Amino acid sequence: MEADRAKATTSIDKEGLQALLDALAKRGYRVVGPTLREQTIVYDDIKAVEDFPAGWTDEQDGGRYKLVRRSDDALFGYAAGPHSWKKFLFPPIRQLWRATREAGAVKMAPELASTERFAFFGVRACELCAIAIQDRVFMNGALSDPHYRACRENAFLVAVNCGKAGGTCFCVSMNTGPKAESGFDLVLTELVGDGSHLFVVEAGSDKGRDVLAAVPQHAAKPEELKAADAIVAKTAASMGRAMRSDDLHDLLLANLDHPRWDAVAERCMTCANCTMVCPTCFCMTVEDSSDLVGTESSRSRRWDSCFTMDHSYVHGGSVRASAKSRYRQWMTHKLATWIDQFGTSGCVGCGRCITWCPVGIDITEEVAALRSGGPR
Amino acid sequence: MSMAFTTERIAAAADPMVPRVARLRRRRRDLNDVWTLVLEMEDGSDLEFAAGQFNMLTAFGVGEVPISISGDPAKAGGGLVHTIRDVGFVSGALARLAPGEAVGVRGPFGVGWPVAEAQGCDVVILAGGLGLAPLRPVIYSLLANRRRYGKVALLYGARGPGEILFRSELEQWRRLLDIELHVTVDHAEGDWHGSVGVVTALLPKADFDPDNTLAMVCGPEIMMRFGVGALRDAGVSGSAIYLSMERSMKCAIGLCGHCQLGPAFVCRDGPVFRHDRLGSLLSAKEI
Amino acid sequence: MEGLERIVREHPFFAGLKEEFCELISGCAKNVRFEAGQYLFHEGQTADQFYLLRSGHVALQMSQPERTFTVQTVGEDEIVGASWLVPPYRWGFDAKALELTRAIAMDAVCLRGKCEGDHDLGYEMMKRFMPVMIQRLQATRLQILDVYGVHN
Repeated sequence: MEADRAKATTSIDKEGLQALLDALAKRGYRVVGPTLREQTIVYDDIKAVEDFPAGWTDEQDGGRYKLVRRSDDALFGYAAGPHSWKKFLFPPIRQLWRATREAGAVKMAPELASTERFAFFGVRACELCAIAIQDRVFMNGALSDPHYRACRENAFLVAVNCGKAGGTCFCVSMNTGPKAESGFDLVLTELVGDGSHLFVVEAGSDKGRDVLAAVPQHAAKPEELKAADAIVAKTAASMGRAMRSDDLHDLLLANLDHPRWDAVAERCMTCANCTMVCPTCFCMTVEDSSDLVGTESSRSRRWDSCFTMDHSYVHGGSVRASAKSRYRQWMTHKLATWIDQFGTSGCVGCGRCITWCPVGIDITEEVAALRSGGPR
Repeated sequence: MSMAFTTERIAAAADPMVPRVARLRRRRRDLNDVWTLVLEMEDGSDLEFAAGQFNMLTAFGVGEVPISISGDPAKAGGGLVHTIRDVGFVSGALARLAPGEAVGVRGPFGVGWPVAEAQGCDVVILAGGLGLAPLRPVIYSLLANRRRYGKVALLYGARGPGEILFRSELEQWRRLLDIELHVTVDHAEGDWHGSVGVVTALLPKADFDPDNTLAMVCGPEIMMRFGVGALRDAGVSGSAIYLSMERSMKCAIGLCGHCQLGPAFVCRDGPVFRHDRLGSLLSAKEI
Repeated sequence: MEGLERIVREHPFFAGLKEEFCELISGCAKNVRFEAGQYLFHEGQTADQFYLLRSGHVALQMSQPERTFTVQTVGEDEIVGASWLVPPYRWGFDAKALELTRAIAMDAVCLRGKCEGDHDLGYEMMKRFMPVMIQRLQATRLQILDVYGVHN
């Protein structure tokens, strides 16, 4: 096993990393990955190694995100930021079609699926799982989403094993990380320190092997493999949060009338931040518009959230009118009914909903309170 | 995977979010705010459907709403008959369409009524208000194959005598001697000589064998809750009672998240559900 | 007399009533019929009878000067009237036959006297009237909700 792995594993340096970016660009990929913007690490275009947030890390807690300097110049030494890859796979807004009225006839012009080929660079283990979950949502039903499918099937995924657990991370609890197990074309583990800066690389697909072949590399040394394993193990041991996850389906559905929902509703502002940052939330709504003379109309879809009143509106009113019922819908869907619908939890333990909640509501804490019985 | 292959395949696969164009052939005012629209596909194609399914109808430039199909499944164009209440921007725009105007159609979607399963059983149809519209295709099917079913009872409750949907058809069906039909209204003024009271009160009047009955219930959710209760009290098992749920829908293909009812997507797993499979979801608050 | 007792015993409202009670209450019964349009009683009158309907339909109505509302119709095998059971023994609505209606009228004073004399009989009566009252109260609640109305 070890010998096989050593054979399949190589190491590249920062120049190799640039070569990798170039190789992807040369194959027609638009490379997107983590970069600094407005004091956060977001996902955007990456042309050069310098575009990565070298030497930065983050401090995350309930309702808190702050960038701080690291003592080294690691390129991937931080946890998940506010963006997730769904912004590319399932864009926040997308036109679906246009209709034109011409001499009494209506001509439909469907928006064709984009042929853009993305290389997602720096996908974390929890994010690979989130993408796999959205694959089930958008591509496994009888009627799938052609836009998602096109983007997904064209995408090249470069994963990065996490070298640092964030303050709100709990992927270990959800069995989704911190080590990328599958679903990637390439996976990197960053080794930085003692004057060297290397990336241990493994390919997970033929596509990955093909691109890697174009990059200067050396066979990974045993001590490099050992160091890579140690880094992932250390990350796993330093999770910011924990949440028992084996009993969530029945726990939540048995507690729909738990007083804790009232308690959390007093804090929840129903701002929908958690659903926007969540890498698996998929709700969308549609919007129609037309020009003033009424010859052209169009429909677009955009992200929606179960925290809005509109989400459950049927003529006469909203089914979920109270903040309590909307928070409950989000959490029971994410952790319980998602399993009924898609055979998997909707939570990957990335911690974004905790970090980006303006009042710091913590899903792990809410689950613990439901499990313990009484309200806080 | 080559780029060309992907693009080609996507172009070939129709996007389920893009409507097809139909035109309003005619419309009839059923009630003050209720209209039946008869559409025809612009390409002349038919739209096969199962009783209880729905279409997403687009008023161009305004929006799209789910509307149950109220036509005859055995008739050409039956899938393009919709009965719609003018309650919002989109339904209002659809109700005001003039003959010849374009309408977008996606569908049909969803799981319909158990018309085939009901063969050999007595059938009780319990409808309230506009809930008669999605059940009308069932009635057409039962009547077209009358001998395949046992006793058939149609119990219909409306708000008042002036709000009885499909009144002339109800009168026609009442003249048939092999289905039992009872109509009641919640309130009536002096000149109404029919029944006044809630629709569930009609159940004791109907003749059916509760052990071999399949019941289909459609109406406002609260009416369906009490209707199911009355059917259970009459001895009909929860596994023989079906109802049609209504929730917000934006996509109708299980992708938009709006119509969730516990684990179910009403658009895809419903709108028709077997009562025992819905379980407590029917009575839970704000689910 | 024997015929009346049989009709009382066979009316679904008294199904399963003990033989001795049937005999006892049949002494308070008499046969009545109402032509279409005829009133069984009017709102405000003393509730001195209740009716076991045998055939026909009766509308329970409430009137304003300009119009009359039917709040419920009852028919064969059902009963009309519970106000005779409790003070002030006064009808709260009009009861009008919609078609030829045949019924057994039970004299309230007679029946109340027998119930006072034999509380077991009184309890039997209460057990038969309460479900009807609860059912009608529930129906009234649903009607008040106006579930088929447009709520926006």
